[in-house]
Amino acid sequence: MIDREDRKPGVVSLFGKPFRTLLAIGLLSLTIGACSEEASKTDTTLSSDPVIHGDEPGSPETFALSNGMQVVVIPDRRSPVVTHMVWYRVGAADEPVGMSGVAHFLEHLMFKGTKTIPPGEMSRIVARNGGQDNAFTSQDYTAYYQRVAIDRLPLVMEMEADRMSNLVLTDAEVLPERDVVLEERRMRVENNPRSILSEKMNQALFPVHPYGTPVIGWAEEIAALSTENAIAYYNQFYTPNNAILIVAGDISAAELRPLAEKHYGGIAQRMETPIRVREAAQETGEPARITYADARVQQPILERVYRVPNYLTNNRKDGPALEVMATLLGGSAISRLYRNMVVDQQVATSAGAYYSGAAMDEGTFGLYAVPTQGKTLTDMETALDVELAAFIEEGVTQEAVDHAVNLLIAAAIYARDDQEDMTRIYGVTLTTGGIVEDVLEWPDRLRAVTPADVVAAAKEHLILERSVTGLLLPGQGF
Amino acid sequence: MTYPMKSMMIAVMALVSVLLVARAEAAVTIQEVTSPGGITAWLVEEHALPLIVLDASWSGGTLQDPEGKEGLAYMMSALLDEGAGDLDSQSFQSRLEELAVELRFRASPDNLALSFKTLTQNQETAFGLLRLALSEPRFDEEAVERIRRQLLVAITRDMESPDRMAAEAWYHSALPGHAYTRPSKGTLESVAALTRTDLAAHQRNLMVRQNLSITVVGDIDAESLKTLLDQTFGSLAADSQLPEIATASVVPTAKLEIIQREMPQSIVLFGHEGIARDDEDFIPAYVMNYVLGGGGFSSRLMTEVREKRGLAYSVASYFYPLTHASLFIGQVATENTRVAESIEVIRAELVRLAQEGVTDEELQDTKTYLTGSYPLRFDTNEKIASQLVAIQEEGLGIDYITKRNSLIEAVTADDVRRVAARLLRPDNLIITIVGQPEGLDATEGPDATESLDAVEATSED
Repeated sequence: MIDREDRKPGVVSLFGKPFRTLLAIGLLSLTIGACSEEASKTDTTLSSDPVIHGDEPGSPETFALSNGMQVVVIPDRRSPVVTHMVWYRVGAADEPVGMSGVAHFLEHLMFKGTKTIPPGEMSRIVARNGGQDNAFTSQDYTAYYQRVAIDRLPLVMEMEADRMSNLVLTDAEVLPERDVVLEERRMRVENNPRSILSEKMNQALFPVHPYGTPVIGWAEEIAALSTENAIAYYNQFYTPNNAILIVAGDISAAELRPLAEKHYGGIAQRMETPIRVREAAQETGEPARITYADARVQQPILERVYRVPNYLTNNRKDGPALEVMATLLGGSAISRLYRNMVVDQQVATSAGAYYSGAAMDEGTFGLYAVPTQGKTLTDMETALDVELAAFIEEGVTQEAVDHAVNLLIAAAIYARDDQEDMTRIYGVTLTTGGIVEDVLEWPDRLRAVTPADVVAAAKEHLILERSVTGLLLPGQGF
Repeated sequence: MTYPMKSMMIAVMALVSVLLVARAEAAVTIQEVTSPGGITAWLVEEHALPLIVLDASWSGGTLQDPEGKEGLAYMMSALLDEGAGDLDSQSFQSRLEELAVELRFRASPDNLALSFKTLTQNQETAFGLLRLALSEPRFDEEAVERIRRQLLVAITRDMESPDRMAAEAWYHSALPGHAYTRPSKGTLESVAALTRTDLAAHQRNLMVRQNLSITVVGDIDAESLKTLLDQTFGSLAADSQLPEIATASVVPTAKLEIIQREMPQSIVLFGHEGIARDDEDFIPAYVMNYVLGGGGFSSRLMTEVREKRGLAYSVASYFYPLTHASLFIGQVATENTRVAESIEVIRAELVRLAQEGVTDEELQDTKTYLTGSYPLRFDTNEKIASQLVAIQEEGLGIDYITKRNSLIEAVTADDVRRVAARLLRPDNLIITIVGQPEGLDATEGPDATESLDAVEATSED
């Protein structure tokens, strides 16, 4: 098949299809409503002695430092390399109103030096040591990472710990970096009609909740951000009790623990662990609709996004059902939408569905269709609605559910080939209200999904009044 | 201003890179496996995870599309998982999904690539599906028409992409008339005319045993692999005659082309002739380019363009040693009002490097990065497979990964100065800009006020 380029850029299904690169701009987690208090299980990651979760090689180990910093170790002994990440439980959705983009801006500024490391030098030191580093920001989290040979791990731990409390920012570094972020926004959004549509759709889907504001921020608000704004945000959220250390690779918890205590254990808590309270989603009671036309568009596309439960909602039962539904409805070349709209009726050249459940607040469920020559976006919308209704009406077979579950479980096994992917899976889970068991129990939760669950999920959660439909069209100007 | 270092460790760590070389070698043990039927593969056994990855590559890619049949190899590759043997497209895809087999064919200008992944428990059946795809692809009418529709959409969508526009125009300026300027996906006209017969014949002709490289990584041993190699690849033809592709040089004169497009940020590509992979100066050139624009935040271009001036989010340069041409290309994306400034900053860096070379410190930092980070390319089964297939294709030898770091270590500051002077041509840059840059005049090419229609016309020469 042709590579499917129609999936919304940046959307990552955490456990679903092969894990894709999280973009720094992270259109990833778009949600609402406080669901995380439903995490009723004991969070063993807070134990100060290492706890091993599972009995297979590669089972994760966890412990906590006395200052409240959580630690996760994912042993992978195949190669003498480690991926070292520090995740903060803070993202763009935690920004003050009117200061959009400050979370991502701060992520850039974290490379600008500390009391002892000159601006830009940390990345150079990492590179000089044969390592690679970067960072990314989403609505719900901000993470920093280095990939190095195992013997360079203490070095990167020392530097990462240093910038957790010793960041130094001056206008001389901050102001050019603000221009860089504005260029990044032009590249990712203004130069790309599809991203412009996505931004408008999110805004309509979340008119009050912060998930409606783009992670990178609105251009005029980015342009007004100051050094003081960034420092204030840093002081408010960057504290060891709001951070998670995740190390995957050629190491065990017993080996990591003394290093973690040495480098991170002595960092004082700079404030109480922030409580994440966000505006509730606004129920408008009617479906939202966005049409965006632009002279640069050559190929019309129809997209629809619903607000749906996240992975944790309803005692963690809704997420697996939505994931299986996304696979059956539009996750592959034999899914219902592809088979009916693309292969049989030939009204679309591609059509599909995806679920994004890794979010502190609401998750999203998306549908898309690209019309064949002579068909309109209205035809696409009608066809999608017909398929959804028929999906609910006809139900799904046990065989089809088994098939989708197998596929999703295999994807989780394949993810174990890549320590970076594993680190990200745990990081995203733990910063969006989940615990280590949520990753480990994922296959069993999928196996528990019944055909009735899938149909019920479609009926209950694909509510037009909680959706936005977006139409991308050729037009005049932009 | 000087900054005290937080600990001695930072200073000391840079000196130990030799250790890393030794460990990188130890991490991957390659066996050369030859089946009874004479098919050779490189095998890396890795039993820690219950999965097998196979990467293969056939030299000869979209450049082999006959005149007027642009897009043939691309479309053929997209059809190989769309039905084979007794299985039509939906049945074949269904089998792949049941077994959670990942199977993908891709066509690029110089080669066709296959990526295949299966759980060990399904290996027999999974390799059986791969055999079917290679030896009995169906090219059913339904699938051919569907993929054709998808390809036409993909081509249409490429016309939206400023990056694609810039690249296409740059190739036309750099290698006028050469096969590299022909679109890999084809054109709306050429794809509309491709037939089932064309597709089937092209598949048999391109995918032969003679020009095939295979690497397998994962939970499988040599004896099992030998059997599977014969079963899977044994039915391919031994050999075929592919037309010779001419080797081309990049036009050696400066050119500035502007493709007007309403957008706030311009995309800029710049470059000139590069260096062949088998040239003895390739490794020194690679080292030089790390300092210039290949080294991420450590590179001179990133420092001057992004960090000091905030002109762009990203700026980079690369050597592309293609099979039939060698390119040096860089790119930057900048707000329209600051494009001229960005280009001047970049040009000044090329001049400085060509005249002065690199400092000893830069050279040392480059070596420790390139040697120390080499193991990061080998930490997953998938990465190992793709690295090794590339090494096979380039003919670098089965011991290349053990030699590679010493090749980097051997580069001297004089080598870098010599290759910089030899290769960099700051006064003869071919520059292509898509956007509305201010304060720049095109030297030739479409008038700056013309729309992109002018460029589309040239792309179908």
